[in-house]
Amino acid sequence: MRKLVIDPVTRIEGHAKIDIYLDDAGHVTDTHFHVTQMRGFEKFTEGRPFYEMPAITARICGICPVSHLLASAKACDAIMAVAPPPAGVKLRELIHCAQFVQSHALSFFHLSAPDLLLGFDSDPAHRNIFGLIEQNPDMARAGVALRKFGQEIIQGLAQERVHPSWIVPGGVNAPLDSGVRDRILAGLPAARALAERTLAYFKTVLDQFEEEIANFGTAPTMYAGLVDPSGGLQWYDGLLKFRDAAGATVATDIPARDYTQYIGEAAMRDSYLKAPYYKPIGYPDGVYRVGPLARLNVADMFGTPEADRELAEFRQRYGPMVHSAFHFHYARLIELLHGLEKIEVLLNDPEILNKHVRSRASVNSLEGVGVIEAPRGVLIHHYKVDEEGAIKWVNLIVATGHNNLAINASVKQVAQHFIDGEHFKEGMLNRVSAVVRAYDPCLSCSTHANGMPALQLVLRGPDGRVISTEG
Amino acid sequence: MPENISIRIDGEYVAAQEGQTILEVARAGGKYIPTLCWLAGTSSVGACRLCIVEVSGVGRLLPACTTPVQDGMSVTTTSEKLTQYRRIAIEFLFSERNHVCAVCVSNNHCELQAMAQKLGVTSVRYPYAYPKLGVDVSHPRYVLDHNRCILCTRCVRVCTEVEGAHVWDVSGRGIRSMIVCDMNRPWAQASSCTNCGKCVQVCPTGALAEKGFAVDEMVKQDHNMTRLTARRGGHS
Repeated sequence: MRKLVIDPVTRIEGHAKIDIYLDDAGHVTDTHFHVTQMRGFEKFTEGRPFYEMPAITARICGICPVSHLLASAKACDAIMAVAPPPAGVKLRELIHCAQFVQSHALSFFHLSAPDLLLGFDSDPAHRNIFGLIEQNPDMARAGVALRKFGQEIIQGLAQERVHPSWIVPGGVNAPLDSGVRDRILAGLPAARALAERTLAYFKTVLDQFEEEIANFGTAPTMYAGLVDPSGGLQWYDGLLKFRDAAGATVATDIPARDYTQYIGEAAMRDSYLKAPYYKPIGYPDGVYRVGPLARLNVADMFGTPEADRELAEFRQRYGPMVHSAFHFHYARLIELLHGLEKIEVLLNDPEILNKHVRSRASVNSLEGVGVIEAPRGVLIHHYKVDEEGAIKWVNLIVATGHNNLAINASVKQVAQHFIDGEHFKEGMLNRVSAVVRAYDPCLSCSTHANGMPALQLVLRGPDGRVISTEG
Repeated sequence: MPENISIRIDGEYVAAQEGQTILEVARAGGKYIPTLCWLAGTSSVGACRLCIVEVSGVGRLLPACTTPVQDGMSVTTTSEKLTQYRRIAIEFLFSERNHVCAVCVSNNHCELQAMAQKLGVTSVRYPYAYPKLGVDVSHPRYVLDHNRCILCTRCVRVCTEVEGAHVWDVSGRGIRSMIVCDMNRPWAQASSCTNCGKCVQVCPTGALAEKGFAVDEMVKQDHNMTRLTARRGGHS
């Protein structure tokens, strides 16, 4: 038996390693996706006052701190048993949309576009954002501009781009200035144009990736996401819904506090990342996926015209339930457009300038759960506190965690299809990394854990000898 | 009547009175000496070692807040050596406890943080002790976080000398010293506490804070304290 090691897997957020086992004929027999970091947020926050949790847990991630801030603040709202004022809710939604725009832009342009636009088999030395700048400067500029647009909204609202302390339990800590609103509105048409242009371009190149589309994690799974009562996609506040692989709704209208009835967590022997599963089915068969593609499979509509038009086209091409993980990219680009549309809707709502943006209270409930859709999928913060407000117990389930079982299965499928140990080429391993990238995993988030190098791939032969490592 | 004397501070002659400290004389003469534990209106304890100065003929550095002036004394308040030692004092404070500015309620409103910036402390050269310390959240309005305490004892002094309650004290010795409430009870059970909040407002860091303030939000209202202490005779 031989073994291939990809270590670290590059162009992802966080650190992981993939082991690929080959038989004597050079065929893939098994794969393991290991997340190699451990951080300990759930433990070291014990004893802290609960209202410090948004700021502390935001440090789990530098890409999506806003998602953690919001999920944490919602858990704190539940502990205080208050509803933030309407303007506070709208401002939280607004910053959340900005976060989606910047995060999706980062995932697509900076991390995955080098594979998609330069080719999976292109020279790895240039298969990165710099290679993209050289070969397709317009596309690289669009990525930088969209990410900048999202980040500038966050800066405008919160005075800080990363880990803003503006999101607090009970709402946000300062109202929106009309000048900032007008500035964002002025920048919107250009951002919209870039998002639309990128999506149009992406659709023209899809046909080049038939083999990847057909083999990137196509095993049907269940899907989970947040929706509103009419079935529309919700990023900030919705009820959890599960659909099975055929598209039938198996659980719906699940309020945040009931998540434990549906989601179980299994610890894995060779990874710091736990594997959540759908409880009624059990481990390991209760595989479900979250994230952009899952949201498109779970929700009936976006609720904004352009995104809904794109969603209709997406479904016309691939049907109502789409399983190929390759289409996370497609779904992400449609969501990017939706985020920009939603920003416009929110900013044109006069309520958004209301000065009453924060509710105040102390501990009124000893337990609180906050659930939101982070760019990578459902994010759950669950806290228990004592009567004085000190944290007693914490559970965080992060988007990438939900996808752990599916990523493992996808890695195996891609490795089995593309890797030929007898005629080995680097591009084969890159496809294994690329299917991980399609999920846009945030491994540092999902383990809330302590640092090590990024994703590694190891290819081993039948005798255990390492044939190749990437990373 | 105290005797009038004359000392030199950084080479300049300054009039002083017997019984005054170097810090008092320097402040009256418009000379800046950095301080952290010193609190107007309360006694001085020389805990933070930031106000250390050089005195001619004395081989060691002396804290300006507790050293009385003597006739003919020559004091240096600013030198490369003093800056180095003041930086070290700040670095020790950071390394002793768990000061994480980014997630602190007093971020951007913290005297320790401001002093570190002022003295050009950009990193801590000593290993962090990472002590495992608790947070007393028992009081309905206030929180004591030992992780952020620098043992300046401002809380102890303001509570004893201004409020007259003497809720706070220091237990243990050396690096194991801890601020304690009454006879080492949770704050909520401190029968002597009047809930006045003076300790919270004079605390230079986020160690004592009002409950419910998120990161960056705890701005101390110490101007009330300045008014109060100004009415007390004999102290500046």
